[in-house]
Amino acid sequence: MKYVPPGLPGSIVSVEPRYENFIGGKWLAPTHGKYRLDLAPATAGPITEVADSTPEDVELALDAAHAAKDAWGEASATERAEVLNAIADAVEKNKDMLAVAESWENGKPVRETLAADIPLVVDHFRYFAAAARAEEGRSTEIEKDLVAYHFREPLGVVGQIIPFNFPLLMAAWKLAPALAAGNCSVIKPASPTPWSILKLMETIEDVLPPGVINVVTGPGAEIGKALAANPRIAKVSFTGETVTGRLIMQYAAQNLIPSTVELGGKSPNIFFNDVMAHDDEFLDKAIEGLVLYAFNKGEVCTCPSRALIQADIYDEFMARCLDRIASIKQGNPLDTDTQLGPQVSAQQIEKIASYVDIGRHEGAEVLIGGQRARVDGAEFADGYYFQPTVLKGENKMRVFQEEIFGPVLAVTTFTDDADALAIANDTLYGLGAGVWTRDGTRAYKMGRGIKAGRVWTNCYHQYPAGASFGGYKISGIGRENHLMMLDHYSQTKNLLVSYSTKPLGLF
Amino acid sequence: MSEPIALARITATPAAREAIRLLRAARGGPVMFVQSGGCCAGSTPMCFPVGEFLIGDIDVLLGEIDGCPFYIDKRLDQAWHQEQFLLDVAPGEPEDFSLPAGENLHFVTPSPTCVQL
Repeated sequence: MKYVPPGLPGSIVSVEPRYENFIGGKWLAPTHGKYRLDLAPATAGPITEVADSTPEDVELALDAAHAAKDAWGEASATERAEVLNAIADAVEKNKDMLAVAESWENGKPVRETLAADIPLVVDHFRYFAAAARAEEGRSTEIEKDLVAYHFREPLGVVGQIIPFNFPLLMAAWKLAPALAAGNCSVIKPASPTPWSILKLMETIEDVLPPGVINVVTGPGAEIGKALAANPRIAKVSFTGETVTGRLIMQYAAQNLIPSTVELGGKSPNIFFNDVMAHDDEFLDKAIEGLVLYAFNKGEVCTCPSRALIQADIYDEFMARCLDRIASIKQGNPLDTDTQLGPQVSAQQIEKIASYVDIGRHEGAEVLIGGQRARVDGAEFADGYYFQPTVLKGENKMRVFQEEIFGPVLAVTTFTDDADALAIANDTLYGLGAGVWTRDGTRAYKMGRGIKAGRVWTNCYHQYPAGASFGGYKISGIGRENHLMMLDHYSQTKNLLVSYSTKPLGLF
Repeated sequence: MSEPIALARITATPAAREAIRLLRAARGGPVMFVQSGGCCAGSTPMCFPVGEFLIGDIDVLLGEIDGCPFYIDKRLDQAWHQEQFLLDVAPGEPEDFSLPAGENLHFVTPSPTCVQL
C-alpha cells in the first residue's frame, strides 16, 4: 500500500505550517523568531518550518529541565517506569503515523519504519521501564558493624545530540535510559531531521511531566556548543562524526563531566565458504545478510559496508547476491513495497557519488549501480536517489576504509580464517561486524577476534533492547541499548555506616 | 607560522576562499578546518572559529588557507593516503557543529579525481 505524504489530504500525519521548540511541556517560539525549512528527501520539497534556535533557546530548555529535575529525580522507580510505559503505549498507538512521518522526513522506506524503527522505540522505552523497576542498590557488610550501602542517584540534566539516520530510534536510545535513571534531558535533533521528534513530542506530551524532555531544533554550529559546552549539563551524549565527537569530549573535559560518543564505523560482513554447503533457508538468510548494506539506504553507523567473501565461493555467492541487489525496489518511501528510499540530503548524495568516483579511480570494479537513480513518478524527479552499488576491490582502498553512508558495498575476498580476521580488523573503526558460518566454533573464535563492539553472528542489523551497542577503537566510547546504560546516566552514592559504638581510639 | 606554500597539502577554490573571507569578516577572526571521518557528516571538513578545536600530537597540519589552518587526524591521513586536498564549497547546510560556508552552503574536500585543479 501507499501512504499519503504528510500534510496532504487523506494523510494520517497532520502537519502544522510551523513547529516551535518543545520546552517545559510547552511549545515555545524561538527567541529570535527565526525558522528554517524542513525538506522531504524524496521530493526535495518542504514539509514544514521548524525553529532556527539560538543559544538563548538552549538556556530556556535548560531552565525548564532544571526546574523539573528534582521532582523527576526523586520520583520512585515505579512512577518513572509508569511514565516510560505510557510513552511506549502512546507511540505504539500512533505507530503508523510516526512511521510515515519518520519515513517522509528521512527518506527511509516505510516498510522499515513500520517493522523496525517505531516498534524498537516502543521496545526501548518498555525495556528501560523494566530495568528501572528491577534496579537494586547493593550493600556490603565490610565488617560486622560497618556496612557500605550503594545507591544510584541521577546526574541531573543531560545534553543529548542525535544523528539524522534514525531520528526517532536514536532519540529513544538516548532518552529512555536517561529518564529511567531519573535525569531530565535537553535533546537536539540533527539539522536534516528535526521534525519527526516534534511529532513524537505531540504524541507523548500528555503523559510526560513538563521539563523532563526538552527539544531544541537548529544548526549545530549555533546551538550544539551552547548545549554540549554548557556548565549546566551533567553529562553529554552524542552520535555523529569523529571531529565533533572529539569536540564533545573536549567540552566535557573542560566541564569535568562524563560523555558518551558513538562515531561511526566501516563494518566487515564475513561470509565463510560453508554458507554454501547447502542451498537452503540459511543460505537465503546469508544472501539477505549481505544485501542488508542497503538497509536504511546505507545511512547506518553499522552499515555492513565491507563484505569479505571466502575466495572459493566468491563467484557463485556474489552472483546470487547481485541478483538480489538487482531486484531491489527503489522509489516512493511511503510505498510499503519500496526497499530503498532517497538519501537524506543533497549533501549526502554528492558525497556518495564522490566516493564511487574515488573507488573507480583506485581501480575498484563497479559490479552494479554506481550512479544517481531515477525512480518512477514525476514528483520524485528531484529526490536524492542513488542506485544500490557494489564495488569490488581490496581493503587498502579508500572505499574500504572510509564510511560512505550510502548504499555502496565494498567487496573483497579472503583465503582462510586468519586472513579474514586480518582484513576485518584492518580499519580505524570497530562498531559492528557480521560473521556468517555454519561452524559454531569458527563463529565464536571470529566473533571474539574481531575488534568491534557488536558482532552479529548469522544475522545482521538487529537492534533489540538488551543487547549492548557501542564502539571499539575510534568508533566511540560508551555503550547504549542495555541496562548498563543506567550506570552511564547515574552516579553512585555510598553511605558507609558504622553500627558500632566503639571509638577508633586515635585521638 | 604557516608552512611554506610549496609544502602545503591543501589548496582552496576561489569559492572556498571567498567563503573564508566572508566568515572572517563576519566573525572578526580566522577559522580553522579539521577533516572528519565516520558517521553521518563524516569525510567532510569541519569548520570552527580558530582555537575552538584542541589540536593534539595526533593531528597533522596540511597547510593554511588565507591564515586559516587545515588539520587531519594522522590516523585518517594514513588510511586515506591522499596527498593533496582541495577545499571547496557545496550547496546545503553543514552538519554537526561545523560553521556554514555561507547561506545554505557547506565546506567540502571533494576527491581530487572529481575536480579540475
